[in-house]
Amino acid sequence: MDLNATIIGQTIAFIVFVWFCMKFVWPPIINAIEERQKKIADGLNAGERAQKDLEKAQQEIAEQLKEAKQQSAEIIEQAKKRGAKIVEEETQRGHEEREKIVASGHEEVTAERNRAREELRKQVAVLAVTGAQKIIEREVDKDAHSDIVEKLVAEL
Amino acid sequence: MISGEQTPTQYIQHHLQNWTVGEGFWAVNVDTIFWSVLLGVLFLWSFRKVAKKSSAGVPGKWQCFVEMIVEFVDNSVKESFHGKDKLIAPLALTIFVWIFLMNLMDLIPVDWLPTAAMYGGYWLGFVDDPHDVYMKVVPTTDLNTTFALSLSVFALIIIYSIKYKGVKGFAKEMTLTPFNHWALMPVNFVLESITLLAKPASLALRLFGNLYAGELIFILIAMIGFWQLPAHFAWAVFHILVITLQAFIFMMLTIVYLSMASSEH
Repeated sequence: MDLNATIIGQTIAFIVFVWFCMKFVWPPIINAIEERQKKIADGLNAGERAQKDLEKAQQEIAEQLKEAKQQSAEIIEQAKKRGAKIVEEETQRGHEEREKIVASGHEEVTAERNRAREELRKQVAVLAVTGAQKIIEREVDKDAHSDIVEKLVAEL
Repeated sequence: MISGEQTPTQYIQHHLQNWTVGEGFWAVNVDTIFWSVLLGVLFLWSFRKVAKKSSAGVPGKWQCFVEMIVEFVDNSVKESFHGKDKLIAPLALTIFVWIFLMNLMDLIPVDWLPTAAMYGGYWLGFVDDPHDVYMKVVPTTDLNTTFALSLSVFALIIIYSIKYKGVKGFAKEMTLTPFNHWALMPVNFVLESITLLAKPASLALRLFGNLYAGELIFILIAMIGFWQLPAHFAWAVFHILVITLQAFIFMMLTIVYLSMASSEH
């Protein structure tokens, strides 16, 4: 139990152990630990960033979708309005056309009728004149036929 | 166990005797050196294995364990020692693991290795009587080991003091604190010297005392017959705490002393 030369041996052993540990054991292990810590920290950071990016992208998508929906609704609304307007306009135009056609038909018919009547009147007049001539040519009883001529004239 | 012709006193004395070669101061406790060097080499070999293939990749189980210890020591150093130093962390690791392993020898039942050594030595023809073989397997119950450690730390304290404060700064600290007056320089010097010398002495004696007492209780328990089994178990369980705590305290105090030595008051 006394102190003896063992203390020298133990001191030398201790110094050698510490030296070996300092040179060959500690640096590689602590470097590996620190490197791994850095790697893990980087990985966690990257994960967090990716998560944030994903959230942002999702938000953007939702916004874009909303906008697109709104736009499409607007376009449909516009198209409906325009369609209704076109139909109305066409109907209006159809009506007008019909009226115009009908009116022009009426006019034509009236004109035709007037023309026919005129013609007829002319022909009747000619006929009457011709008849009158013939009657006059014969010069049959003037008195006897005067009533016929009179009648004809009255009829015209 | 006590063999027939031994008295309890002889049994205890036998257990507390080192295997010594030589006479006087130049005697060497062969068992202390053998076991401590064996354990130190075991420590360095097993940690070196990890260090050789350590990478930032996925660690193996042993690598995880080693890295846990290394990180624990590293954190302890960083907490107390501010500044860059290449020596303190490996020093602390060596102290912690080496002392822990040497203390751990205390948990091997007290008769196993000495008995094996006794009959081994007898059969190999080194001695005529098995009882002439002495084998103390816990190196930290030898004052030589604990003082070797604490005096090395003491030398480092002085080296660090001079390195960080200069010879003048160190001399000033030794003579002008705690009383900053030239007339009290001798008083200061005595006080500071006691403070300084108390550090290695307390380090060595604390470790030695704890382990020696623990060893002695194991030896006493080994003498009580059948009931030594549960008693040994109970004391061993408690002693695990002492073993770890003493290794930790030695490491922690080393770090604290060195950080005190390297910082201004």
